[in-house]
Amino acid sequence: MISVKNVSKSFGSKKVLDGLDLEVPRGETVVIMGRSGTGKSVLLKLIAGLIPFDSGEIWFDDTEISTLKTKEMNSLRQKIGMLFQSAALFDSMTVAENVAFMLNQHTNYTKQEMLKIVDEKLELVDLEGVQNLRPAELSGGMRKRVGLARALAFNPDVILYDEPTTGLDPVTCTEINQLISDLHERLQVTSIVVTHDMHSAFSVGTLMVMIHEGRQLAHGTPDEIINIDDPILQQFVLFGAPDQILKMENPILKAYIGR
Amino acid sequence: MNRESETHESNEGFRSHLILNRIKVRLHTVLSETGQAFTLFFQTLVQIFRPPLQFDLLVKQLLLIGVNSLAVVMVSGFFTGMVLGVQGYIQLKPYAVEGSVARFVCVSIVKELGPMITAFVLAGRIGASITAELSTMKVTEQIDALEVMGTNPVKYLVVPRFLACTIMLPTLTIFSTFAGIGGGFTAVVTLFDVNGSFFLLEAQKNLYVGSVLISLIKATSFGMAIAAVGCYKGFSISTAGGAEGVGTATTGSAVISLITILILDFVLNHILFNILGLV
Repeated sequence: MISVKNVSKSFGSKKVLDGLDLEVPRGETVVIMGRSGTGKSVLLKLIAGLIPFDSGEIWFDDTEISTLKTKEMNSLRQKIGMLFQSAALFDSMTVAENVAFMLNQHTNYTKQEMLKIVDEKLELVDLEGVQNLRPAELSGGMRKRVGLARALAFNPDVILYDEPTTGLDPVTCTEINQLISDLHERLQVTSIVVTHDMHSAFSVGTLMVMIHEGRQLAHGTPDEIINIDDPILQQFVLFGAPDQILKMENPILKAYIGR
Repeated sequence: MNRESETHESNEGFRSHLILNRIKVRLHTVLSETGQAFTLFFQTLVQIFRPPLQFDLLVKQLLLIGVNSLAVVMVSGFFTGMVLGVQGYIQLKPYAVEGSVARFVCVSIVKELGPMITAFVLAGRIGASITAELSTMKVTEQIDALEVMGTNPVKYLVVPRFLACTIMLPTLTIFSTFAGIGGGFTAVVTLFDVNGSFFLLEAQKNLYVGSVLISLIKATSFGMAIAAVGCYKGFSISTAGGAEGVGTATTGSAVISLITILILDFVLNHILFNILGLV
């Protein structure tokens, strides 16, 4: 569904992505892992067309996004929902206005129809009765849920999650992970999750990709990932992988745990 | 001795090279920022004429910029008029032409100080607040969120603020001008025993349509400049700028707006009075 081919991106003299390749099949939840500053969030912004890339191609089905004009890109963006690291809710609006923003901008729905959709989407993320609150009145976890409801409002084909559990307590992290997995099952939506939280990665990912120094270091299912004998990857995985992974009788993991 | 003087010369050379380099970098930054500000200005002009115009957003900004600034603009105008009245009377009296104080107050307020005081108040109050709001939105990724949702941030955020400033500055200038003339009248009549009817008659005699036109042209241009600078400074902050970046951008916005208003005032005075010959 989404293909990233040999994409490079630099900021000044700093090369963040250096010929990155990535395949995101339809209906999968692809987790992108990597250390801080390896360009994970930049990759999401490239896919959403928020910043231009220096070279390479990004395909969304049969469309290469760098060839699109602004209006075409805006139409394509209506198929994409994005949950930002900080949730990026509009401070000046209520929760309901935030969730209804795209409907208000791009459809001719009546106020009643929009409110009905808002209620549905908030129910999807297990939030009710917060429609009239302002973002400042919500907790971190609630803000992420509202951000997710807003991302879901236009029934997107793809949801991009930028570090969905960053800054949340462990209980809320688990709830958000559960929510992402549930949404994947219920809506069969394609998802790209950027994280360096291994608990989150193994909880939600059906496919995993490790980025290192601007390139793809490894990819595969969670089971395949823990069987790849690569010191950089295993160091990263072992530092935060959930207990059920660490307790597995896997010779490669055992070897790295011993080091 | 020779080696010492050679070292001294090479140090001097290095220092001047460093200074030249700094000037070059600074000049490059100023030129590049000016270019970016003009690009945003032209993008805004294009977006104004692209439907739909979101009236609800425009009305909200008109209220914020206009109604909420009315009191402060009128108070500033009133006291500026009072100062002009007092100073004018004191300066003109030794020449026995204190009767011209009404003309002095009216012409100064209408052609120069009315639009200028209004613009200064709005640059500090509205220009800075536009920058603070937009830069906070940038830092908290709200502007990215707008784009991801297929909404053009220039159309949604800049156009209503630009139009509201452009409409409200001349409107507020009319109020501040009346307040200024009122201030001058109050000061002169109460403090110096000048006849009130005489003041008003003199004021009426020396006010021309051309003067009011000049005032409105200046105010409209200042309004555009305040909005353009405020929005550009808000948009130009990097996402990593954080709270410090928001503070720096906000201060920078007020300072640049004030300087822009002064430069623009000189340019407009030259064009309107010298080239077009308006009075």
